[in-house]
Amino acid sequence: MNEMRNDLLHTVDRIFEEQCERPVREAAEAGDWPAALWQALEAVGLTRATLPEAAGGSGMEFGDAMLALRRSAYHAAPVPLAETMLAGRMLAAAGLAVPSGALSVAPARTGDQLSLVQHGSGTSVQGAAQRVPWGNLCAHVVVVGNLDGRGMVGLVSTSGSVRSVEKNLAGEPRAQLAFDRSPLLACAALENAPARLEAEGALYRSVQMAGALERTLELSLQYANERVQFGRPIAKFQAIQHMLAQLAGQVAAAGAAADAAIEASAVAPDEFAIAVAKSRAGEAAGKGAEIAHQVHGAMGYTREHSLHYLTRRLWSWRDEFGNETYWQSRIGRVVAAQGADALWPMLTRL
Amino acid sequence: MHEFRFDPVQMPAGTEALRGSVRALIAKEVARGAITPSRNSWSTFDPEFSRKCGAHGYIGMRWPKQYGGQERSALERYVVTEEMLAGGAPVGAHWIADRQSGQQILRYGSERAKKSILPKIVAGTCYFSIGMSEPDSGSDLAAVRTRATKVDGGWNISGTKVWTSSAHRTHYLIALARTAPKAEDRHAGMTQFIVDLSQPGVSVRPIHNLYGGHDFNEVVFDGHFVADDMVMGEPGMGWKLVTSELAFERSGPDRFLSTYQFLLESIRAIGPEPDARSASEIGRFVAHLATLRRMSTSIAGMLERGAQPVVEAALVKDIGTALEREMPETFRHLLPTEPTLGAGTSYAELLGMTILSAPGFTLRGGTREILRGMIARGLGLR
Repeated sequence: MNEMRNDLLHTVDRIFEEQCERPVREAAEAGDWPAALWQALEAVGLTRATLPEAAGGSGMEFGDAMLALRRSAYHAAPVPLAETMLAGRMLAAAGLAVPSGALSVAPARTGDQLSLVQHGSGTSVQGAAQRVPWGNLCAHVVVVGNLDGRGMVGLVSTSGSVRSVEKNLAGEPRAQLAFDRSPLLACAALENAPARLEAEGALYRSVQMAGALERTLELSLQYANERVQFGRPIAKFQAIQHMLAQLAGQVAAAGAAADAAIEASAVAPDEFAIAVAKSRAGEAAGKGAEIAHQVHGAMGYTREHSLHYLTRRLWSWRDEFGNETYWQSRIGRVVAAQGADALWPMLTRL
Repeated sequence: MHEFRFDPVQMPAGTEALRGSVRALIAKEVARGAITPSRNSWSTFDPEFSRKCGAHGYIGMRWPKQYGGQERSALERYVVTEEMLAGGAPVGAHWIADRQSGQQILRYGSERAKKSILPKIVAGTCYFSIGMSEPDSGSDLAAVRTRATKVDGGWNISGTKVWTSSAHRTHYLIALARTAPKAEDRHAGMTQFIVDLSQPGVSVRPIHNLYGGHDFNEVVFDGHFVADDMVMGEPGMGWKLVTSELAFERSGPDRFLSTYQFLLESIRAIGPEPDARSASEIGRFVAHLATLRRMSTSIAGMLERGAQPVVEAALVKDIGTALEREMPETFRHLLPTEPTLGAGTSYAELLGMTILSAPGFTLRGGTREILRGMIARGLGLR
């Protein structure tokens, strides 16, 4: 790891350690906006980390931005950092200005569609978007759709559009937004914008799962070393050791798959690499969380321990922006259609 | 705690050309009917194909030129290896010699051993078996009872090795033997020897495996003489050496590509328009393979940097072999087939062969349980 990346890691970890303690997480889950944490992230440019300098970004490499995102998940930070990074990169890719503040994206749920309507003076958006992450707490969301067969990216105010708010398992808000010919504040064409949003969303969730899994392993190792039963730490039992070895395998695989997708997506999302990452990290999330809870016993089943901040996120993120079956099937259909002989060239291209 | 890091690698220039030349060799052999990929695995023994690999410079690629090698990188070797496996090439004859025995001789062998053996391995004409397991020493390798006694000019070896793949058709094996009585340190007092299987005092008896094939053997040494310059390293170094040999044995793509041909045949059998479940399962296997390949190339990068990725190799082998074992279990649901005993190319026979081979995937080269113990040690739990 190079020196710059190390510095970044220190900065990011320090912010989360100082600003993301338990009360902040609890307040966020109760519906409060974690203003101090968000300001700290803005102050060092992390919320604009995926933007080119020309678009007001900090000139950070995409891989560094994703490292920061991964650490935010490691610390279970209750902020729409992924969504803001994603919305910003969509706007920048379409050549649009990126407003300040937290941003989200719509449609976020696989299968949802919004209609874009052109009229005299501009373009508006029509339709409902379910489970828009943090949609109730962001002043603007980036919307994607098709207009005359062309992919479009637009920016819309959420004012007056929030119909209801649910929570994912981690207590992060997921809002239903209903747009009734809401005017786009800006819009521009971007090839395959809806597919691009979906893929990039899946990439960010994969990166977040990789980060949360790392912490899940660390907490599990710590607990197994501390918890004494039958006169010794449970880490000394072979059954526990083998469970933790399997957890380490899931964590390493999720991280490797996410890394590969990040590298392939520096310029634009690489659908195959992302499909691999979301499938693999999603599977690791479920299997990893299962092992971590088994190791933690009843203690991990409480809200008193910190494990739930990670595992509730893993159980949420694996189903957002397409679950494993969704992305696996995309891969499987392509592989079957192209035939067995095309598989190896496809694998070695990555 | 050991940090499990699988950093990306930069493939050296010319890698794609190398990849292309391996693919061309395999395609040519398939076209002329010399090999049938769907029936092959990395234990398929085919001396003719091994000689071709030798002629193309695909064996001992990293070794010094003075012993016939090419002084190429671990990553280039990785590429050749994975192309052979993905292409279903019958690489079994030279596989062990290339993967581990030759590497060991290069590091720890005498000059005579290097000069007399390595060039023949490189040429694809000299094959090795592994002489580790014994009737009472499997996962607990330090329990070996094969004994070597010092005599004038060398050592006399007596004892029994088992599960010795291909010993009836290879030229040598590297035997781990006890050369000093068991001490408090049970890893002390062991030595590795290069054993010439054509010399007197060795007998080889077949042990038929689960699918009825003859691959395994029992190898009995009865006062078999080994010259001093066929000792690996110094007497007593055996445990250290065998540990490094196992790292070579575990670190490659053969630990997740054993069922790759079966995957391809299953994809063919399912056809271009899979139902929802088949599409998802195929996609899952592909996602796993892509990830394992990424991790495995990273290990090749560590080897290239001179690191000893023992724990990383154990981790990749554990999850890679688990995937290999899942494949027949999944596809038998997707393509309802009554598996059939036989070595033919029908899907029923390939499925049958894969089911009967599968238990070995998580046993050979270190059981899943041994690997998980190593990973746990890496995690600081032991």
